[in-house]
Amino acid sequence: MKNKEKVSEPLFHIVKRGNLPTTKSWLIRIVSIVAALIVCGIVTVLVTGENPFEVYGTMISGAVGTERKIWSTAQNTAILLCISLAVTPAFKMKFWNIGAEGQVLMGALASATCMIFLGDKIPNWALILVMVVASIIAGAIWGFIPAFFKANWNTNETLFTLMMNYIAIQIVSYFVFEWSVPAGSGHIGIINPTSNAGWFPTIFGQKYFCNVAIVIVLTVIMYIYLKYSKHGYELSVVGGSENTAKYIGINVKKVVIRTMILSGALCGIAGLLMVAGTDHTVTRDTAGGRGFTAIMVSWLAKFNPIYMILTALLIVFLQKGAGEISMIFGLNESFADILTGIIIFFIIGSEFFINYKLKFREKTKEVKD
Amino acid sequence: MVVAFIQRAVVQGIPLLFGSTGEILTEKSGNLNLGTAGVMYVGGICGVIGGFFYEQNAAHMNSFLAVLIPLLCSIIGSAIMGYIYALLTVTLKANQNVTGLALTTFGVGFGNFFGGSLIKLSGLDVPSITLSKTSLCFKTSLPFADKLGVVGDILFSYSFLAYVAIIIAVVVSLYFNKTRSGLKLRAVGENPATADAAGVNVERYKYVSIILGSIIAGFGGLYYVMDYACGVWSNDGFGDRGWLAIALVIFAIWRPNISIFGSILFGGLFIIHNYIPGLGMGTQELFKMAPYAVTIIVLVIISMLQKREFQPPASLGLSYFREER
Repeated sequence: MKNKEKVSEPLFHIVKRGNLPTTKSWLIRIVSIVAALIVCGIVTVLVTGENPFEVYGTMISGAVGTERKIWSTAQNTAILLCISLAVTPAFKMKFWNIGAEGQVLMGALASATCMIFLGDKIPNWALILVMVVASIIAGAIWGFIPAFFKANWNTNETLFTLMMNYIAIQIVSYFVFEWSVPAGSGHIGIINPTSNAGWFPTIFGQKYFCNVAIVIVLTVIMYIYLKYSKHGYELSVVGGSENTAKYIGINVKKVVIRTMILSGALCGIAGLLMVAGTDHTVTRDTAGGRGFTAIMVSWLAKFNPIYMILTALLIVFLQKGAGEISMIFGLNESFADILTGIIIFFIIGSEFFINYKLKFREKTKEVKD
Repeated sequence: MVVAFIQRAVVQGIPLLFGSTGEILTEKSGNLNLGTAGVMYVGGICGVIGGFFYEQNAAHMNSFLAVLIPLLCSIIGSAIMGYIYALLTVTLKANQNVTGLALTTFGVGFGNFFGGSLIKLSGLDVPSITLSKTSLCFKTSLPFADKLGVVGDILFSYSFLAYVAIIIAVVVSLYFNKTRSGLKLRAVGENPATADAAGVNVERYKYVSIILGSIIAGFGGLYYVMDYACGVWSNDGFGDRGWLAIALVIFAIWRPNISIFGSILFGGLFIIHNYIPGLGMGTQELFKMAPYAVTIIVLVIISMLQKREFQPPASLGLSYFREER
């Protein structure tokens, strides 16, 4: 591979590993995360000039320092996890749905629309029911469109879903201007601030309790769906090899469209949680890049919904922690994105050492094991 | 009015042209770099950092250096970004979509972080990052432009980077179609195993095209700050242009020469809402959808036509591992 000029055998070559034991592969991942944290620490010290342990201490207190912060972290994790769950079945099918951002926005817009127009006309339980249905349908439609073209004409889904995001953003912007309160301000503002119609109820004194509980249930359902249901089996066969799927009599078109409708519908639910459970409003930034972050969360967890709880928590923890650092040291809040980027680079890189090993020329010996 | 519209459309289009030419070069090697948005941010901010320190420290501004320093800084920044992407996806065979998105997160964060904190970090006492002098050097246009009337306004009134963008696009286009090395690069993107068997160094081709592609895309960010924004960095000011550049790649069906006209069209679609009288704020937002909607239509049509020459490179998005055939 390298050392092209030497005609003799190259210094090392890469071979694919068989299945590495789970403990070993997780050891490699943990080592990579620790290495990433060290690099992040060095970067932070270079930028802030503070003691790295103090900086990490600040991060921890920023993420879980008070009860309010714990709930805020939990709620952010829940939303990110919900979107990650949504994109997972599509990814297992090797359908690169990077349109979660748009699907979430459409779900959010649908539930906000119900809140605005049905707010004081029907009882609250009926309103929430209508919102659930509307947001699921809106998200599902946004997922169905690219899937339909992919299934029938093999249209590139990565690029199609990417473009659908911006269509959704502009549609939301349009309605935000049309319905802005006060008119012309460009903000919808908090919807139903006095009647609280369409808001998720406060349970055990926690307004985010509903969100967290719903996402936990969804996580378990998704785990069972992927692992034990016929649908879950079919979509992983399609992801493994489309030809095999056809050969054993799976209707690939149907599976692609069905899975994307599911994916879009779950994104729609995430939009609902954002509007009914968190923000009580909708803006073009409601999804806030989570649709993209979710892809990394899902991939880092190897598409396993249970591991996803950890990876989503890791990302949210970093963002909250780095947010605290930037506030205390007077830096820009985008610092979190730099740290997130570095950590993901390391984890992505570590996958290589899990899937492949280097064989050296003289004696076969393994490195980075 | 029409002349002004065309001029503005071109100025809007040039960053997209840089971005899409870079992305086409990368995609032709079979790598879908979704990190282009981040690369363009880094290209922009590195140029700003270079220009900022030169403008603060130089007692007497030399206009040649004022252009050269930001340009070099931008090249170094974007090349490092390209190298990270190439290292992860080519050598370490990581998933291209995930790596690209991580690169975007990192790059946009990098740009906004240094854009927001540069003054505090450097400890200099200035109110904002405004590189008006550097920007003036970048904006030097051809001396005879204003003597040629309308023709001069439409064709010759832009700064040198705009012409560089068009020249690069033409050169890349010729490279793909007229040179042996370009043929090999296309072979790598279509079928790396076959190219490998024919003796093409697949890894080297991928590395070179990714890094060069990133450098070209980074110029888009530099042009945006130095020319369009007059040297003023504002966080998130660059917006979604990186993604629009990726859209333009599809619109131009992977041909940099079509992308020259496509970029001006996209630039026009991007600002057309300012030129249609009587639009409400909401309707303006709907008009901003146009470039993306057009891209989707093109994407659907080329997939329905099934014509070989309109398709994306066949191995786009897949890692190549020699022993897996």
